[in-house]
Amino acid sequence: MKIVVCVKQVPDTKGGVKFNPDGTLNRAAMLTIMNPDDKAGLEAALRLKDQYGAEVTVLTMGLPKADEVLREAMAMGADKGILVTDRVLGGADTWATSTTIAGAIRNLDYDLIITGRQAIDGDTAQVGPQIAEHLGLPVISYAQDIKVEGDSVIVQRQYEDRYHEVKAKMPCLVTALSELNDPRYMTPGGIWDAFDKEVTVWGRADLKDVDDSDLGLKGSPTKIAKASDKVPKGAGEMLAGDSPEDLVNALVGKFKEKHII
Amino acid sequence: MDFSLDKKHEMARSLFKEFAENEVKPLAQEVDETEVFPQGTVDKMAKYGFMGIPVPKEYGGQGCDPLTYAMCVEELSKVCGTTGVIVSAHTSLCIDPIMTYGSEEQKQKYVVPLAKGEKLGAFGLTEPGAGTDAQGCQTKAVLDGDNWVLNGSKCFITNGKVADVYIVIAITSITEDKRGRKKKNFSAFIVEKGDPGFSFGTKEKKMGIRGSSTYELIFEDCVIPKDRLLGPEGKGFPIAMHTLDGGRIGIAAQALGIAEGALERTIAYTKERKQFGRTIAQQQNTQFKLADMAARVEAAQMLVYKAAMAKATQKVYSVEAAKAKLFAAETAMAVTTECVQLFGGYGYIREYDVERMMRDAKITEIYEGTSEVQRMVISGALLR
Repeated sequence: MKIVVCVKQVPDTKGGVKFNPDGTLNRAAMLTIMNPDDKAGLEAALRLKDQYGAEVTVLTMGLPKADEVLREAMAMGADKGILVTDRVLGGADTWATSTTIAGAIRNLDYDLIITGRQAIDGDTAQVGPQIAEHLGLPVISYAQDIKVEGDSVIVQRQYEDRYHEVKAKMPCLVTALSELNDPRYMTPGGIWDAFDKEVTVWGRADLKDVDDSDLGLKGSPTKIAKASDKVPKGAGEMLAGDSPEDLVNALVGKFKEKHII
Repeated sequence: MDFSLDKKHEMARSLFKEFAENEVKPLAQEVDETEVFPQGTVDKMAKYGFMGIPVPKEYGGQGCDPLTYAMCVEELSKVCGTTGVIVSAHTSLCIDPIMTYGSEEQKQKYVVPLAKGEKLGAFGLTEPGAGTDAQGCQTKAVLDGDNWVLNGSKCFITNGKVADVYIVIAITSITEDKRGRKKKNFSAFIVEKGDPGFSFGTKEKKMGIRGSSTYELIFEDCVIPKDRLLGPEGKGFPIAMHTLDGGRIGIAAQALGIAEGALERTIAYTKERKQFGRTIAQQQNTQFKLADMAARVEAAQMLVYKAAMAKATQKVYSVEAAKAKLFAAETAMAVTTECVQLFGGYGYIREYDVERMMRDAKITEIYEGTSEVQRMVISGALLR
């Protein structure tokens, strides 16, 4: 069984989000991590590897320094890492990104592709399903559990109040939620091995069946007008009262005051 | 000369830091308070290979270098000195001498499960009457047919009751030199938990590192097979001294971690604590103290890393290890004491980590060679 896991190096939002004067993200000023949903997807793949002896390839698109997340994935147990990096791929939105990644995956043998649901920097949840569309594969999104049975996957697809169990024949693509599992730590020896191994680096020329007009900034239909940090919430107000009735009346009064009701 | 860590070591540090924050820190106060050995944490460390970091892969280890191991002890000790010393004693004092002096059979039998963390190791040299004067040991081993028979006791043994494998130093003969002076000849042995005649004395109630299992080991006609002799007969003392050279790097890393942990917490606290209408971090007294501590901690880190690198590349690294341990231990004590001072009354309360850290720091000036012993080693080399 061969599994491709797509991962993204994202800013660690725990340390706060930093912007350039032009409103774009200042990625250099922020610490980076492996996107949490992707890490859960990787863990799911590694558990399938533990169980069935699958070969796990991790793939990322990004700046040359994005090889860090590939090394991290290899230190956790992934077998191979592929970095897709090229100046002409810069500034890609979800369409251009998914086109690029699909072009890279066309070079690989796979039974299952796992991506994270969404990345914490863009929060679009579009790239995984778009890759499946480009490759003509079935997609099951929002996986809270993944099992393999014969040549099929059985996935619990999460909804707000329930889950659907969906079975699909492989090859297919699954997008993983961070709630799927607790990813394992790296091991010290795994880290050393990861730095002894080569990361495969691909550029534009290595992408299969893609058109230049679908790549990079000029292939991106999305135009970002402005990005900004979250507006801090106000301090809030505590209502005190002797009975539930008093409190409800006070609350309704506040709503009326603010013309909410 | 490049003082920056390469990416491999940086990533290893981030692993140890993340593990320490998530798995060790939440338990540190409870481990200290209840004096219960953190077996659950040790099991997790075993799972992720932390119990055999500098051991070659063919012997069940991780195949990393002594610097990676030192950084692991450092990061663990930043949040919990107990956890740091468990790894240090196990790796430096038990695995290392078997790796260095053991036969291939001994390495396969003992190092493999120790490095995988399936077994835990300890080391017994100190005796009630023999601390700094290690030559004063009384424990004896006599060859009786195919067995060695041990009699005596060892005290203050880290990982004492929880370990499975013990390196024990005992007298195997007494010879006289030309002037008729008696000389004890020591040998090193591998003793296993459950060996007949091997039992435990009382558990020590300690000032710090209270979760570590510190016990007396008792040997009453303890019979072990002949092949448990580690290294050549009569070479036990140099084996013990060489083992302690390595151990000192682990303890220096523990001391460094304790100092760093206390300083981190104190920096955060001084930015929040207000007196006279402003934070204490805005007061020059605090600023100067923090600056002094930061400079000292970084100097300690350089000595510890240098000693770890020396262990990787040199046959003899006694002086580097002694300097690292002396300076890091005294830094840990000075820094934690100052941190408690900056916390004021709160620093004296057990709810605050710096109180525990100050108690944990003290032992680093004492065990695996007191600061006085380190000064003897360093000056001995200067005046040789």
